[in-house]
Amino acid sequence: MAYSFPEEVLEYVLSFIKTDKDRNAVSLVCKSWYEIERWCRRRVFIGNCYAVNPRIMIRRFPEIRSVEIKGKPHFADFNLVPEGWGGYFHPWVVAMARAYPMLEEIRLKRMVVSDDCLEMIAKSFKNFRVLVMSSCEGFSTDGLACIAANCRNLRELDLRESEVEDLSGHWLSHFPDTCTSLESLNIACLGSEVCFSALERLVSRCPNLRKLQLNRTVPLEKLPNLLIRAPELVEFGTGAYSAELRPELLSNLVNAFAGCKKLKALSGFWDVVPAYIPAIYPVCCGLTSLNLSYANIQSPDIIKLVSQCQNLQRLWVLDYIEDSGLDVLATCCKKLEELRVFPSDPYDVEPNVSLTEQGLVSVSEGCPKLQSVLYFCRRMSNAALFTIAKNSPNLIRFRLCIIEARAPDYLTYEPLDAGFGAIVENCRELRRLSLSGFLTDRVFEYIGKHAKKLEMLSIAFAGQGDLGLHHVLSGCDSLRKLEIRDCPFGDKALLANAAKLETMRSLWMSSCPVSYGACKLLGQKLRRVNVEVIDERGTPESRPDSCHIEKLYIYRTLSGPRVDTPDFIWTMDEEGNTPQ
Amino acid sequence: MEQESHVMKATELRLGLPGSDEPVKKSNNKRASSEMNNNLSNAEKEDHQESPVPPTKTQVVGWPPVRAYRKNVLRQKKTEADSSGMYVKVSMDGAPFLRKIDLKVYNNYTELLKAFENMFKCTIGVYCEKEGYNGSEDALTYEDKDGDWMLAGDVPWEMFIGSCRRMRIMKASEAKGLGCL
Repeated sequence: MAYSFPEEVLEYVLSFIKTDKDRNAVSLVCKSWYEIERWCRRRVFIGNCYAVNPRIMIRRFPEIRSVEIKGKPHFADFNLVPEGWGGYFHPWVVAMARAYPMLEEIRLKRMVVSDDCLEMIAKSFKNFRVLVMSSCEGFSTDGLACIAANCRNLRELDLRESEVEDLSGHWLSHFPDTCTSLESLNIACLGSEVCFSALERLVSRCPNLRKLQLNRTVPLEKLPNLLIRAPELVEFGTGAYSAELRPELLSNLVNAFAGCKKLKALSGFWDVVPAYIPAIYPVCCGLTSLNLSYANIQSPDIIKLVSQCQNLQRLWVLDYIEDSGLDVLATCCKKLEELRVFPSDPYDVEPNVSLTEQGLVSVSEGCPKLQSVLYFCRRMSNAALFTIAKNSPNLIRFRLCIIEARAPDYLTYEPLDAGFGAIVENCRELRRLSLSGFLTDRVFEYIGKHAKKLEMLSIAFAGQGDLGLHHVLSGCDSLRKLEIRDCPFGDKALLANAAKLETMRSLWMSSCPVSYGACKLLGQKLRRVNVEVIDERGTPESRPDSCHIEKLYIYRTLSGPRVDTPDFIWTMDEEGNTPQ
Repeated sequence: MEQESHVMKATELRLGLPGSDEPVKKSNNKRASSEMNNNLSNAEKEDHQESPVPPTKTQVVGWPPVRAYRKNVLRQKKTEADSSGMYVKVSMDGAPFLRKIDLKVYNNYTELLKAFENMFKCTIGVYCEKEGYNGSEDALTYEDKDGDWMLAGDVPWEMFIGSCRRMRIMKASEAKGLGCL
């Protein structure tokens, strides 16, 4: 069939199509469009680094400029994934160094990145601009020094909560005097002191610096000098926010903050001394995002601060805010879209603060735009959940953590099935849900029936048997990621819903009664899916088939079984043979 | 479907302890006349009922789901606050030497008494207003900030560890005098 317009025209049209979803749709139209599209795709997102491999990626998309890859399963954040599991960036960077010399951007999450990898990035990509490493590990400040020294056009270096081997703060001095391109620098996770004068000079010579997140070691006294050199700042993270009370420091800070007219987001605030909080009052009315989740200030100070932030869209805070603070938030911050309340003392059964379900109810009442909630508390009731569901039908993310596992409705002692049921029934756009508290199979019946747009579900210490899991796997049409720990879900539900697993990104199950025999069966049944048994007690072959495995990770893949598994992971074989 | 669920229930494998699909017993937060008494009697009740949730700071891996990064920051703050242990001397009548214990290690009177009973091979009794002590048991006393010798167990745990300077396990018969003002 002849085409009525040349490839170049189609390519030009396609350059306006940005999202992966749309790009994927374009590539399915016909072979010719597939070919044209793959040559002009510039950005690729790989949600699971083992779902595909570098060779496949490079073969299909030869001209990539920006890559985003995620490694370890989410539960790795809570120490449920053993050390040495995998997620190595190395094979990717080796392949890309050859295939993508024009690569500009690398964004990684939960991956293992070595100093060698960083050196390779620094030396292989002449136009390299953006490096974001979120919750990564395996590298040291030496690797950072290499990046600083060699990436001439570096715009963004963001270490977001990575675990860095902190050899010294000297690495920052490796940015050459000729480096003026920096727009975003996030070193909040680093422990050691950086050379402050090097930092000051760097900030001074980068006129486009919009985001700067310092680490704890940068003292409060140094802030005014930094801020006046960075008037374009949109996002700023302080270091330790404490110093002895000195009036001139306070007035310097006030002036410095006032000079940052574009400031929209603040974070940091370690070791806060309340007397210095008023320094940020000048910028409060412009703030859309405030992260106080490391700040040990009490409710009255938080209230004074938050009540001035009428344009706040996102608040991350410790439970020191208490119900009283959340009441004020509900009254003052009508544009609030996202609230995260973290526990100040997660391991004490007795509450150390007066934060209950009531705080969240207030916010749901007062903030009509509330979309995203992460809330740690010590008690909950079905009644409160009904109210929240009624007030916030537009919720997209609802993650509730009642600290005591299996805690029932504190008023009626019933399970919280009905409450969560109300959430999924009323919040039709819900994409992410984390459950907690005492829950029977009922709640999963509700979820399977109503949560049709749910993409990610996290379950812990819930349910009564396989039926619960069956409801979820058979009912949740949009489910992509399912992570389960310590629930009585076993073989039957998995085997009955094996086909569902081919439509999901991944399933994680740990401390659940899944037998080795069932895993072998799943391995046989499923094509292009890796069924990985994780067991630190030695090979599951040494125990009966009926024995429960410790952990299970099942994910779809084009890449076949992993070649880099550690000695505590066994991939179930498609022939049902004894795995290596 | 109902029959299926019945069959499933019958053959299901469960992780919970027997009886754990009943609602959890309400925890008793009322402070009785003796903190120690309250703790001890609760502990006894819990043993009989096999409650699914352990009483105090038992740490399950990865629960509550606080990210390792955040935990480290919180822990740093805590250790800065109480980096020194709270060591106090403990003497027992008739024992040849004193011991030293770190009060911070324990979360309540029950744990403390258990530790002493192991350390000194004694039984520490609970004082109650009506019956006094059982003659053969020992009593736990402590010297507070003001230098007064007090019977352990009257005040909440946190207050106790804040004011306790040293401790003495004495024969119950000797302890009689402390109960009355």
